[in-house]
Amino acid sequence: MKQALAIVVHELKLFLSDRRSVVVGIVTPILLATFFGFLFSGAGRQDAAKIPVLVADADDSAVSRAVVAGLAADALLSVSPAAAEDARQAVRRGKAAAGVVLPKGFGEGAVQAFFGAAAASEIVLLVDPSRATEAGLVRGLLAEKVFREASREAFGGATGTKVLEESLGVLEADPSPPTPERQALKDLLRDVTRWQGAAKGGTAGGGAAGGLGTAVPFTLKEEPVTARQGVTYNSYAHSFAGMAIQFLLFVAIDFGIALLLERQGGLWKRLRSAPLSRSALLLGKTAAGALVGLVSVAATFAFGIVVLGIRIEGSVPGFVLLLLASALMASSFGLLLAALGRTPGATRGLAILAVLLLVMLGGGWVPAFVFPAWLQKVTLVLPTRWAIDGLDAVTWRGAGLAAGALPAVAVLLGYTVLFLLVARLRFRWTDR
Amino acid sequence: MSFRVGGGTIVGLLGPNGAGKTTTVSIVCGLVPPDAGEVKVGGVALSGDTDPAKGRLGLVPQEPALYEELTAEDNLRFFGALQRMEGARLASRIDAVLRLTGLLERRRDRVKVYSGGMKRRLNLAAGLLHDPEVLLLDEPTVGVDPQSRNAIFESLEALRDAGKAILYTTHYMEEAERLCDRIVIVDRGRVVAEGTKDELGALLPGNGARDLDDEARAAVALLAARGIAVPGADGGTPRLEKVFLHLTGHALRDEP
Repeated sequence: MKQALAIVVHELKLFLSDRRSVVVGIVTPILLATFFGFLFSGAGRQDAAKIPVLVADADDSAVSRAVVAGLAADALLSVSPAAAEDARQAVRRGKAAAGVVLPKGFGEGAVQAFFGAAAASEIVLLVDPSRATEAGLVRGLLAEKVFREASREAFGGATGTKVLEESLGVLEADPSPPTPERQALKDLLRDVTRWQGAAKGGTAGGGAAGGLGTAVPFTLKEEPVTARQGVTYNSYAHSFAGMAIQFLLFVAIDFGIALLLERQGGLWKRLRSAPLSRSALLLGKTAAGALVGLVSVAATFAFGIVVLGIRIEGSVPGFVLLLLASALMASSFGLLLAALGRTPGATRGLAILAVLLLVMLGGGWVPAFVFPAWLQKVTLVLPTRWAIDGLDAVTWRGAGLAAGALPAVAVLLGYTVLFLLVARLRFRWTDR
Repeated sequence: MSFRVGGGTIVGLLGPNGAGKTTTVSIVCGLVPPDAGEVKVGGVALSGDTDPAKGRLGLVPQEPALYEELTAEDNLRFFGALQRMEGARLASRIDAVLRLTGLLERRRDRVKVYSGGMKRRLNLAAGLLHDPEVLLLDEPTVGVDPQSRNAIFESLEALRDAGKAILYTTHYMEEAERLCDRIVIVDRGRVVAEGTKDELGALLPGNGARDLDDEARAAVALLAARGIAVPGADGGTPRLEKVFLHLTGHALRDEP
């Protein structure tokens, strides 16, 4: 028993002797758990739920303006006006969660449809298929606003009065023998007309908006906006982008640790004793790390493409450039670890924490759009965010080279240069 | 600290732990910049990482500096490329150094299956690959079995006979006595004595006459075991060790 106790004490001493590992072991779960709790709690982030929605109002009628105003006033939405095609492009690029297109004649058609006097107007709801939850919310809010404003107009607005009069006129001029149903509709329309008159005179009580109606005043055509018509959304595209980048960085950690181990042993002396420049040594190491990383991400996506049907709907050269730039960024990150790290053990712990944070905040685990708005902006400084968004853009979003890939490639290469410079400056070349 | 290693000689760099042996070797091959002074190879000072003169030096680090997952041949091919070797010359040198170190038959085995002694020999082969004029060996026999140690000694003696200049650091007196033509004793970063074994032996106070040979030393040890002291023979302790302790003291050295 005493021996077992001695072993316990010994193991605890060993564990506590590496303070960095202890800190990482405690800090990592706290950080991750706090982040996700914060993310899904909704506490203290009122702007987080504001879903970016673009509205194209081609009708510009009282009803359509009221619907747009209703959507804009909703605390859950951030509504901006846009032309229909601009809205589509914005949704395609992930800049907006949804786009609403109100067609010409929407307002009058909605009121007519309300009384069954015409076919319902068709509203087009453009949705980002990767943001299905938000799209569902927009769909519900849109239905509520349209129904309310159409009924308000039907029972109190000029369009409603006009439509009632026209409908009554049509019914009364109909020479065919009366039927009980037609008679009931005539009675209803006459009653509504009288009710409107009383409401205008201030005697109708509850106001114009009563929510009454006989039919749903619109139809909704929901259009998932992918690369182009006929292309369906593949949810694996995003998850593969996130995981590919995460494991690319894990490969980079191994690369950095291997370099630290090399430095601890005689291999580093052998390399350094050769007539070899420091830059050539670091560049050679970085290029090798990048190639290994490239194989890792290429294999990951190859599986996704062959087995799970991921398609590069956008620029193929852009996709390749993104993988290459990501691999270079990761490799230079590994070199940075080797430059800043002291011991392989402590460096591994800190590096894993750094990678988990980079991937988590870069949108690799959950899409960045679920972050609070401020965090979405802040995380734009992370190379992982650019890499993952870029891969999303050129795969299922179908973005081209210039718009979808090059900005992210530029950022990733910028980080590569930054990491290399810092590594070159901080690298300890000699150990006395 | 100043000393010279001429062609066709083995110079032993002898010192206690922390004396500066490894640092000296690191400075000589350009791994560590000196605080002052310079290292000359063939009369020319080394200048910078890419100085081609570094190719005239061959380093055999203290720990086997090898990629365990690669074969001996792949290791040597890589190290040769760093020395700007290629093609037939590289292939021929790989054969030569593997033959010299007795590893030719195991050239395609991964290093991780090698014994400790084989790794040490391959370590030596890697240092010799580019046929350097000067060979720097940093305690190359630590933890090596007697057979491998002997093989390494024979290789080094052959290299000396071929005209190589060899700097050999060690704290094993018997190695220095067997191998080295001259010995430099260092302590705390300074040369405290330099010379041949006999020249160093003369530094012992009151005992500059002659060393005991192996048989005489064994006899003295046998007498000492039976409680009979032989004046001046110091219980059979090898003379170089006495010189070493005389010059560097008996205090324990705990520097890493």
